[in-house]
Amino acid sequence: MTVLASPDVPAPDVLAATFDEQVNDVFAPISDFITGIVFAAVPLDFIDEGVELPLIVVWLVVAGIFFTIYLKGFQFRAFGHAIQLIKGKYDDPEDAGEVTHFQALATAVSGTVGLGNIAGVAVAISLGGPGATLWMIVAGLVGMCTKGVECTLGVKYRRVYDDGRVSGGPMYYLSQGLKEKGKGTLGKVLAVLFCVFTLGGAVGGGNMFQANQAFAQAQSVTGGADGWLGFGAAGAVFGVVLALLVGAVIIGGIRSIARVTDKLVPFMAVFYVIACLSVLFANATEIPSALWEILRTAFSPEAGFGGVVGVLIQGFRRAAFSNEAGLGSAAIAHSAVKTNEPATEGHVAVLEPFIDTVVICTMTALAIVITGTWADESSAAGVETTSAAFETVAGWFPIILAVAVILFAYSTMLAWSYYGLKASTYLFGESMVVDRVWKLIFCVFVVIGASSTLDAVIGFSDSMIFLMSLPNIIGLYILSRVVKRELFGYRERLAHGALVPVAERGITPRPQGGSTAATTGLDGTNPTPPPTADPR
Amino acid sequence: MSASIIVGLDGSEASGRAADAAADAARRHDLRLVLACVVPWSPYSFSTAEENERRTIDKEREAKSARERVLDPAIARLSATGDLSIEGVVRHGHPAETLVALAREHDAAWIIVGRVGQSRVRTLLFGSTPSSLIQLSPVPVLVVP
Repeated sequence: MTVLASPDVPAPDVLAATFDEQVNDVFAPISDFITGIVFAAVPLDFIDEGVELPLIVVWLVVAGIFFTIYLKGFQFRAFGHAIQLIKGKYDDPEDAGEVTHFQALATAVSGTVGLGNIAGVAVAISLGGPGATLWMIVAGLVGMCTKGVECTLGVKYRRVYDDGRVSGGPMYYLSQGLKEKGKGTLGKVLAVLFCVFTLGGAVGGGNMFQANQAFAQAQSVTGGADGWLGFGAAGAVFGVVLALLVGAVIIGGIRSIARVTDKLVPFMAVFYVIACLSVLFANATEIPSALWEILRTAFSPEAGFGGVVGVLIQGFRRAAFSNEAGLGSAAIAHSAVKTNEPATEGHVAVLEPFIDTVVICTMTALAIVITGTWADESSAAGVETTSAAFETVAGWFPIILAVAVILFAYSTMLAWSYYGLKASTYLFGESMVVDRVWKLIFCVFVVIGASSTLDAVIGFSDSMIFLMSLPNIIGLYILSRVVKRELFGYRERLAHGALVPVAERGITPRPQGGSTAATTGLDGTNPTPPPTADPR
Repeated sequence: MSASIIVGLDGSEASGRAADAAADAARRHDLRLVLACVVPWSPYSFSTAEENERRTIDKEREAKSARERVLDPAIARLSATGDLSIEGVVRHGHPAETLVALAREHDAAWIIVGRVGQSRVRTLLFGSTPSSLIQLSPVPVLVVP
């Protein structure tokens, strides 16, 4: 009996049920109930038997498409300038020592690149076929615009505390921004709703899903159900260890662990892409046919995947979960940047779904499609599919994946614990009690996540994370004019040369014509030798 | 005429000696003395969301500590004679690059730094401020042992 057994198989004897299964029995019904509500779907039986269109996915994608059109393809025009901002070409030298665009982006990316990129992609392809990859990329491209919009607002309406701390996010632009529009009450309600859902999303997608998949991969590289992580309560034990590591940083304030993780994650992301590339090169002859397969099945999928709509839904759903565009979480992560122009962070933020979805998810997808592991029944949908794809290169490759998975999971958890903290302090006020209670709850859910089955966890994660997009996107629509003014106004000033890179701002040194030579003797006269200090 | 001499201070004994040497040279050539303390910082480092939230406070704290621990004692010591015009600057950034930027801003004749004995391994891995300075500086650099 593996931990990943389906929950509807009754245990032969309740007394013999392992600890993991008991946790799961409690949790699965709750998860099913919430999932049922959030993923209210329109049945599309006329397309294919059993195809459903979850309204929440429509909600996210329509927002992305609306803003892409409304802002005239802003995410594609912003790209070049975003790169210059990251390089610090427009940073005021006076701001040295503050949070740079690069740092804000790196922080946001390390919170976003998680298991959605590794396991989520595998789930999408297992349930939707290779064609889901194309729809994931499309969702990533429109998601870039949504991110740009929310991060612009995040910076514009951020809050500076009395002691000088800076934080922002949807709760502030919903409450403040809507108040300016004369919709103060609605804004307050939406802000509270957003925070409530953020707490759910943080324990779900930002925590349980991550812990669950990290355990699945750790178990599979150590020999599966027969290995040393195969015993009944292994998930719970793994969860406790992970919870202690998370707790050490967020409760114990042991920053060194967090710092190490932060430095490792970007390298790990690059490393992961290289690992995917080596899977591709090991199967280089298959690349053209795999690409063709992705294109073909995106528009005419095999039977059983629910037609184009079914594939599209899988792709969009997993992309949304992976890049978090439209959820508002990124707005929290980007808000601390030092800038006088909210639009600058809007530009920078479009790179985030690009890195997350268009680059990293696509790499994973190609590896899975080329090796054909998605069609293989032997590996459970999720991280094991990706692991099987990696194994085709070398037997030890899944171990690399396991390290990447655990690091990604860990950094994503730390990021989401922060989002949850911001939500809980917004709801219950800034206090030590709120701080500690939230962090303890967060750690407890690490254990629950590691020891329940994937279905229950994925359902709950998805529903909570997607719920965040309800209040957030309503707010984005109401504030769309504000964003347009910010972004277009900024771009106009940029085009007319009102904003120039630091290098061209005329902070030129005073002319040094020959003067240095005169004092230093470089003109051939005998200079006074520089004095020596008395040795003390 | 150049206007000033820049001294890089980091609180070490060697940088104290560098300040003395600079004071001597400033008197002799009638130059302003600019004491600079650079807090090592990179715009491309990785940080957590919580650190980002507190960054403005931390920056202030680092600058204040550099001022109190390094600059103020040095200024007090060198201005005791009262015949020098002394200015103290705290900046965040790459130590050598920031000193070079200051040298340009203040039209410096020299940059003077102390030689901090670092382990060979560290110098091999990260380089040292004096050696990078020598490569980057537009004006002569004096390294005081």
